[in-house]
Amino acid sequence: MADPILQVRGVTAGYVPDLPILRDVSLAVPPAQITLIIGPNGAGKSTLIKAIAGLLPVSAGQITFQGSDITGLRTDQLTAHGITYVPQTDNIFRSLTIRQNLDLALRRAGSDAPARLARLFDQFPALAAKQREKAGALSGGQRQFLAIAMALATAPQLILMDEPSAGLSPKAAQEVLEHARMLAGQGVSILLVEQNVNQALRLADHCYILAEGRNQIDGPAADLRDNKVVGEIYLGNRRVGAT
Amino acid sequence: MIGVFSYLIFFATTASILAIAVLGLNLQWGNTGLFNGGVVAFFGAGAYGTLILGGTAQAGHLGGFGLFYPLALLGGMAAAGLMAWVVGLLTLRLRHDYLAIATFGVAVAFENLMRNAEWLAGGAKGVRGFERPLRAALGDGFIYNLFFFVVVLLILIATYMFLERLVASPFGRLLRAIREDEEAARSLGKNPARIRLMAFVTGSVILGLAGGLYGTFYAFVSPQDVLPTLTFQIWAMLIVGGAGNNRGAIFGAFLIWGAWTLSGWALSRFAPVDVQLYTGSVQFILIGSVIVGMLMWRPQGFLPERLVVSQRGKPQQTQQGE
Repeated sequence: MADPILQVRGVTAGYVPDLPILRDVSLAVPPAQITLIIGPNGAGKSTLIKAIAGLLPVSAGQITFQGSDITGLRTDQLTAHGITYVPQTDNIFRSLTIRQNLDLALRRAGSDAPARLARLFDQFPALAAKQREKAGALSGGQRQFLAIAMALATAPQLILMDEPSAGLSPKAAQEVLEHARMLAGQGVSILLVEQNVNQALRLADHCYILAEGRNQIDGPAADLRDNKVVGEIYLGNRRVGAT
Repeated sequence: MIGVFSYLIFFATTASILAIAVLGLNLQWGNTGLFNGGVVAFFGAGAYGTLILGGTAQAGHLGGFGLFYPLALLGGMAAAGLMAWVVGLLTLRLRHDYLAIATFGVAVAFENLMRNAEWLAGGAKGVRGFERPLRAALGDGFIYNLFFFVVVLLILIATYMFLERLVASPFGRLLRAIREDEEAARSLGKNPARIRLMAFVTGSVILGLAGGLYGTFYAFVSPQDVLPTLTFQIWAMLIVGGAGNNRGAIFGAFLIWGAWTLSGWALSRFAPVDVQLYTGSVQFILIGSVIVGMLMWRPQGFLPERLVVSQRGKPQQTQQGE
């Protein structure tokens, strides 16, 4: 296996000081693969991705990206390193047009912006057709595609996706996840948090299962798909490493 | 007849000065979502700064710099900007209501400082010794007021054009993006703290410009001019006119100032004598009712925010209506 692009080692983090949600969580994201984080409600999945994205303080542990320590960097600083975070909701600017949303994301692209915009419109023709419409008028699935397109506009090496299929129809959810698969095929690494376990396990390469803020088990997604332990962890019948 | 015309010029000058202030607040609140509850402090910093820098030497308080008027006005704007920068660094991490409370506190502190620090700006007696520019040539009468109105009107138009360009620029879109969702903006590599500070300082410099013109018009400023009442009035103008729309901000300034003036006149003329004693309070009730009514029935104001789409060189405008 290639060296991980992102390495999380023993991270403890939470929203309030001295009240950690995550305890000693570790994971590794290989390049050009989809790494999936799943777990029951309250497992700390979104907390973990927010801690990596620099939105929550990390009280212990270390996060490295391509060998550099990025622990504690702000979200906007991470973007400059090649890491882009796509929030679960409110990930587009509804009062701006689709084109303005993309222009905003392309501001740092400089002279490469027109070419990058053209590539994005090739990749998302539905957005190109509606580029002058307000983003708030888009359907849920199209909003997620716009959010992904905005993330891609920053030319990331790693995209952190927090439940991109949340609130979407099964068909739209499938399309969004398949698009993530395509991006990984193009060389973008993806760390994906999902509630849509079955669909996500079919598309991901590797999967980590969290419960109660701790690592439970991890392994190739294909192996975990039929693993009965996954169901037991979801039902709360099994915990690994709980105190 | 000349009396009515003279009064209209006086009214339009004051309304135009207030319109500049409302434009400054609109950049902060309408475009960026910064709830500045201390508008009057930045307005006051501009007024005090201009008069202290441009005035003649006075015993008992700071002054006597006698700067060339445009430099004094720029100095007043810089004073407002500097104060906004310091206040912004300390408070802009706060959101909405907390930011409003913190900035309101700054305004109260500013008024108290001006009222009590006699060495600085004359205390309760205010800043003395300022002479309006070109007074020697134009006198103090109607001609001067007409001249000053034209100057203020030109500055209002220039401020409006500057802000319209700013709002339509990529920076303007960034302001709206941050107003809408800071986390999403951050995830695209933007630093909201820095951009919020830039918008806060720029808006406050415009408030300082309005304050400088106000102080110039009356050739005097005292703590009575920097009471929270003015913050309340300027906010009312923006809410009624339409937050996020520069034309709405100007329209609101003229409308509310007109309503304020008219209600004062009507009360003094038609209300019973014992009610006239409370004219100011009654005006507040009336204006407060207008604000509540607007927020209930037309929260977007008379002229709602417009979405300006500029692509391939051809601007197109649509209503926002979220």
